Amino acid sequence: MNTTLFLIQCLNGLQLGVLLFLVAAGLTLVFGVMDFINLAHGVQYMLGAYLAVTFTALTGNLFLALPLALLAALVLGLVLEVVVFRHLYDRDHLEQVLATFGIIMFLNQGVKIVWGAAPLSVPVPEIMQGSIALAQGVLYPVYRLAIIGAGLAVALGLHLVINHTRVGMLIRAGSTNAPMVSALGVDIRRLFMIVFGFGAMLAGFAGIMIAPILSVEPGMGDTILILAFVVIVIGGIGSIRGAFVAAILIGLVDTLGRSFTVDILRGFGMTAPNARAVGPAISSMLIYVLMAAVLFFRPSGLFPAKGR
Amino acid sequence: MPRSSRIIPLLLFAALAVVPLLGLFIRDGYILNLVSRVMILAIAALALDLILGFGALVSFGHAAFIGIGAYAMGILASHGHDGFFTGLVVALAASALFALITGAISLRTRGVYFIMITLAFGQMAFYTASSLRAYGGDDGLTVAARSLVMGAKLLKDDRLFYYVVLASLIAAYVLCRAIVASRFGRVLQGAKQNPQRMQAIGFNPYPYQLAAYVISGMIGGLSGFLLANLTEFVSPAYMSWQRSGELIVMVVMGGMGSLHGAIIGAAAFLLLEEWLSGFTEHWKVIFGPMLVLIVMFMRGGILGFVQRLAGGRHG
Amino acid sequence: MAETATATPEVVLSLKGLRKNFGGLRVTDDVSLDVRCGEIHAVIGPNGAGKTTLIHQISGFLQPDAGQVFLGGSDITALSPDKRARAGLTRSFQITSILPGFSALENAALAVQARSGSSFRFFGTVADEAALNSEALAMLSEVGLAERAATPAGLLSHGEKRALECAIALAMQPKVMLLDEPMAGAGHDEGQRLIALMMRLKATIPMLLVEHDMDAVFRVADRVSVLVYGRIIATGTPDAIRANPQVREAYLGEEVAHA
Repeated sequence: MNTTLFLIQCLNGLQLGVLLFLVAAGLTLVFGVMDFINLAHGVQYMLGAYLAVTFTALTGNLFLALPLALLAALVLGLVLEVVVFRHLYDRDHLEQVLATFGIIMFLNQGVKIVWGAAPLSVPVPEIMQGSIALAQGVLYPVYRLAIIGAGLAVALGLHLVINHTRVGMLIRAGSTNAPMVSALGVDIRRLFMIVFGFGAMLAGFAGIMIAPILSVEPGMGDTILILAFVVIVIGGIGSIRGAFVAAILIGLVDTLGRSFTVDILRGFGMTAPNARAVGPAISSMLIYVLMAAVLFFRPSGLFPAKGR
Repeated sequence: MPRSSRIIPLLLFAALAVVPLLGLFIRDGYILNLVSRVMILAIAALALDLILGFGALVSFGHAAFIGIGAYAMGILASHGHDGFFTGLVVALAASALFALITGAISLRTRGVYFIMITLAFGQMAFYTASSLRAYGGDDGLTVAARSLVMGAKLLKDDRLFYYVVLASLIAAYVLCRAIVASRFGRVLQGAKQNPQRMQAIGFNPYPYQLAAYVISGMIGGLSGFLLANLTEFVSPAYMSWQRSGELIVMVVMGGMGSLHGAIIGAAAFLLLEEWLSGFTEHWKVIFGPMLVLIVMFMRGGILGFVQRLAGGRHG
Repeated sequence: MAETATATPEVVLSLKGLRKNFGGLRVTDDVSLDVRCGEIHAVIGPNGAGKTTLIHQISGFLQPDAGQVFLGGSDITALSPDKRARAGLTRSFQITSILPGFSALENAALAVQARSGSSFRFFGTVADEAALNSEALAMLSEVGLAERAATPAGLLSHGEKRALECAIALAMQPKVMLLDEPMAGAGHDEGQRLIALMMRLKATIPMLLVEHDMDAVFRVADRVSVLVYGRIIATGTPDAIRANPQVREAYLGEEVAHA
């Protein structure tokens, strides 16, 4: 096995993991605090990417587009919260699933109307183009390193906010007992809006960052949504720490799995044509097998939030 | 059981039985095809209502069983095994196996975890099918012809096939009705209402829920087998998570926990889709908000709405 | 359950050294007691003493950290709640727990169904099973709910739901019953009915009664144990307990003033 390839795929796995974390963090927070299962979270991510396309086209520069797109993503998220989501907080999960499913339909179609169905793209910012040598013969794209760095920085920031600020304390309290927090005089409506806005921005940020690398198209949020679900189920619903660990784990398993399953199968003695026929099927199953394994031993995930 | 619960299904099946005869006056190929598709998906919706409406098990991966049934037919056919009964048996067995394994794991979880883990297993089936390059992968697999019944191309006749599908729907309905009214059904519904109380009485919900899940999966497999026959095409899209979501929409929109509601919901969904897409390719922009409004304001789905109109406010 | 004339009655339920901690808090502290044939053994104690936690451990909804539970001589500590129920141990819940979507009759019939044959029967309408229905109706009559047999359990009054829980417990033909504060929220008449029911039943079904209502306890109980901070500080006849100075100090002193 090629060590260079292995290292590169590890980094790719880390990059995917970091992106997954950004999306999953919002999802798990919203579920932990508001007990709200938001299928439409993936569209936040997609909206971030589309807004990045538009604002980069307008300003000519991804760095200028970033704050604008973030702000727009936040506004759109809050509009959704006020118009639809807040009326669903006290409904049962099935109804939340259905309503947010309707929102996905609406927005996936909506972006087609506004931006067209053809895939769009955003150019990588000039200073981040190209690759740098990390070690002997290991070249890695600068932009992807930037994503990893930005993602880890946000993760750290989130950790600091949740654990060392007043808002974070309210979020943690709301996660364990929202009615009590409300009874203590905290404006629970505002807290929910803040949590929701946070989540929307995190997902939007992930979408903005990924726009130069992935093609921006309708429905791109759906795949990442399901992966994010797997992340929070493994990590434990309501737990940011769990989401982080699970996201990195899944990013690595999925990426390395796709690259090396065929080789591993051959290592076990399977013939090349068989390995190539069966390999892709197995590698696409890996993270679900992982999820099943975790849930078998820990039905509430690795780090279930207290009080759930 | 209230009288309406006996009359409505009878009316439904009577109406369905009459449709091919109407076709003598209209473009019957299109109508037959559409209503066949409605009935086939109604079978899958029925399967889901059994565990969702009566067992409170929100499976977000039920389309996987449609896919498994379809691929059973397609894969066997591509290897020259095109017998109807052989294909059906394999479809049911494969669905049962998938349901047993994924159900055994999923049912160890509750609530939201269950929804997400069934979603994930559904995705797993989807991606596995997409990676089967030998059987078309992403693009799917065209099947040469419908299954042969004892060597004869009987099913080639759309009208005869329609009645085969109708018979399957009625059979599935009767089976589900019997199950719901049986001892087993009572335990399942008890577990839905109060699992703790059921344990205190002496019932462990798990084996019953697993059995229901397997039965439900098998009926879903039947649906997929028939779908592959109808379209003579098999594709991973049959088991996308959107399809699973649509199944849930059908069940809830019709009125969950009634069985015939699932049939009504499937019909309403597909007919609405056909109608709206006649106006615009962007029909989902209309359907999405409609769904949100239905959830917010129409409790109990179509059946509930009709019952309230007919009988005053029963709540 | 043989009743010998002179020997000590047979022990039906026995707890040995039960211990349960929640984090640093010792909720059940080396609890041992037994319930004998023909008796009602009441457990009293101030709020927060750990009475409901004890019931959860006996019925299997919570696993103790140490200690054992014996039903009729068999160690049931490792059994799941449903297995314990089938072995003959029934319980009521502090917050009345019935099946709201089923009628009162169906609730009781389900309890009968649990002990009569397999429930993996997919054909055959259970509502038509005469044996289940007649037994269920008999249980409902026992608790005075026969007229409400067809009412959905969710629509019954609070007291009727309580009675239904009793009917469900009786329908299981238990060897021992655990009652978790059955008098709570019961009006005067209903309370009297419950006391009468308990007196009627104790000859055939011994009971472990967790209760706050001192009037009821001293009327029906043959023995009383006092649970304070998870620990049994005294066991004895109601009179002995009333006179026990430790108990008076820890608990009864306040209750006597309120009774």
